[in-house]
Amino acid sequence: MRRLLWPVVVLVLLLVLNVFFTPSFFSIEVKDGHLYGSLIDILRFGAPLILVSLGMTLVIATGGIDLSVGSVVAIAGALACLQISQDASVFTAVVLALGLSVVLGAWNGFLVAAVGIQPIIATLILMVAGRGLAQLITDGQIITINSPEYKLIGGGYWLTLPFSVILVIIVLGITAFLTRRLALGMLIESVGGNAEASRLAGIRSRGIIIMVYAFAALCAGVAGLMISSNVSSADGNNAGLWIELDAILAVVIGGTSLSGGRFSLSGTVLGALIIQTLTTTIYSIGVPPETTLLFKALVVTAVCLIQSPSFRAKVFRRRGRTAPPSPAAEEKVRVTA
Amino acid sequence: MTTLTLGRTSVPAKYLPVLVTGCLFVAMFLVGGIRYEGFATGQIILNVFIDNGFLLVVAVGMTFVILTGGIDLSVGSVVALSTMISASLMAGPGWPPYLVVPLVLLIGSGLGLVMGYIIHAFDIQPFIVTLAGMFLARGLCYTIGTDSIPIEDPTFTAFAQTRIDLFADMWISPSVVIALVVVGVAAYVLHYTRFGRAVYATGGSEQSALLMGLPVARTKVTVYTISGFCSALGGVLLSFYMLSGYGLHAVGMELDAIAAVVIGGTLLTGGTGFLLGTVLGVLVLGLIQTIISFEGTLSSWWTKIFIGLLLFVFILLQRLFSARTRR
Repeated sequence: MRRLLWPVVVLVLLLVLNVFFTPSFFSIEVKDGHLYGSLIDILRFGAPLILVSLGMTLVIATGGIDLSVGSVVAIAGALACLQISQDASVFTAVVLALGLSVVLGAWNGFLVAAVGIQPIIATLILMVAGRGLAQLITDGQIITINSPEYKLIGGGYWLTLPFSVILVIIVLGITAFLTRRLALGMLIESVGGNAEASRLAGIRSRGIIIMVYAFAALCAGVAGLMISSNVSSADGNNAGLWIELDAILAVVIGGTSLSGGRFSLSGTVLGALIIQTLTTTIYSIGVPPETTLLFKALVVTAVCLIQSPSFRAKVFRRRGRTAPPSPAAEEKVRVTA
Repeated sequence: MTTLTLGRTSVPAKYLPVLVTGCLFVAMFLVGGIRYEGFATGQIILNVFIDNGFLLVVAVGMTFVILTGGIDLSVGSVVALSTMISASLMAGPGWPPYLVVPLVLLIGSGLGLVMGYIIHAFDIQPFIVTLAGMFLARGLCYTIGTDSIPIEDPTFTAFAQTRIDLFADMWISPSVVIALVVVGVAAYVLHYTRFGRAVYATGGSEQSALLMGLPVARTKVTVYTISGFCSALGGVLLSFYMLSGYGLHAVGMELDAIAAVVIGGTLLTGGTGFLLGTVLGVLVLGLIQTIISFEGTLSSWWTKIFIGLLLFVFILLQRLFSARTRR
């Protein structure tokens, strides 16, 4: 629980900061049977990022990294919109897009687990080529569609809640169940701790690695559907641009180590919320939105420094040096007595 | 004794990736020459240099970082920041270029130095630290301004328009000369100095390098400083090329630089690779773009798909080579 302390503090600070600038920040009201409010907006716009970060958490837990999620976001959105614009049903479009995402993710996993390529590089291939693929699907254009059913995924409401938030809760619930109630989470952590040792211990690390990459791509695919459905169009060039970096950031803020091993799903959700709240805050307090990146840089640096053991050690050592030496002296006295 | 014999047998394998890249470049050039009219001229290769001089400089810095086993994601943003700072300082307060350029180079090196220090002193992954640097530099660009700022300084325009004529109607731009000088100096430093050997040793095994008494800390901080310097210089060259400063310049250039280094046969785990490979990697990337523009019917996104495919092939080759040498 202590691992989550700092992310929670940062999130609360950001939210409180918002209240100073917009007093109505915490108010949530019901209009036309839908929930409205700044907090709901943060959840709604943060939904794709939370999903992508969830998949990224599991990948990072196995000691890997997935740079290709941004491209998968673009590909999934592009394929779904292309299908719908060619009069396919929304269901077929969604199934096709998600199916392609899983295949791409499994490809990443295959390169990492079976061919033995470093994860950064294996997924870099799809990151570069995937953008091209997405533009190939959309033919370099922005595909605009008009489909109320498809609009539901990213922009619609269900049971007064934004549908995208419900989707995130469902995916989060399933993931939490699979990894925390079943042995899967422990297997993932053990593969991340030491893949070779896990293999010798009888864990099929290959299968697990391929599975987590496929899962990350599936999450990215769903996020891609959300993003494209929210704006009813697919942009192969800009959809999901840099989302992989935000997702990695969210995972790191959430306290999952990039070197693999233990992971924290709740930390990741917190991390993603912090990033989204940061963006919203910058808009609401009237700082020019162009500076979002500056704030992100500061937050990343601060969080990483706080979590770095050697930074803590250095700060504590300095504190020890400047602190009055009385406790030590006292101890000595006690020893002699 | 064993190291000596090992060294002798592994010498050909060491140069193999660079050779493959070189052969690929020649093959692409030949195929292009056969397929398209007016392709097989020396100027085509020189044009690749002219259009990619800045990428070459950036990739040289990236090579240093990757050789130590690190990665620098901030290069593209630092390039953009350099164009932005030089453009705004010359357009607004009207600073002369001989002040602006050193200042820009200093800022780039300073950013690299800070990132290198954080990576080393606090033991944080290079990936995350340079990611923060990337956000910082890009954010600073947008803070300076969101619009493109034209550069009208006579020295810069002179640099942009000067043609250095070579024999037989071929010409290069001054940027190419600067880029080649950087490559030369970097190759000398990497292959013939104590620092260069420390770079390879650190990338091979940081633990062993430390035990051997090599200055690992200084080496790691220095390579990021070099990368920062090269990015800033790349930014200056890009502003010669574009004659403008813009926050959206060089988006994704870090990927191109990494791709060029990998295609050039440098292992991303560090410790193995040559600067010549990086030069060939940049040339191959540039030639892909040239071929696609000659083809005419292929759209620009095919560039990305081809680069992805090439990356895949080369990484597979690397795996095969490293598997063979291990046996």
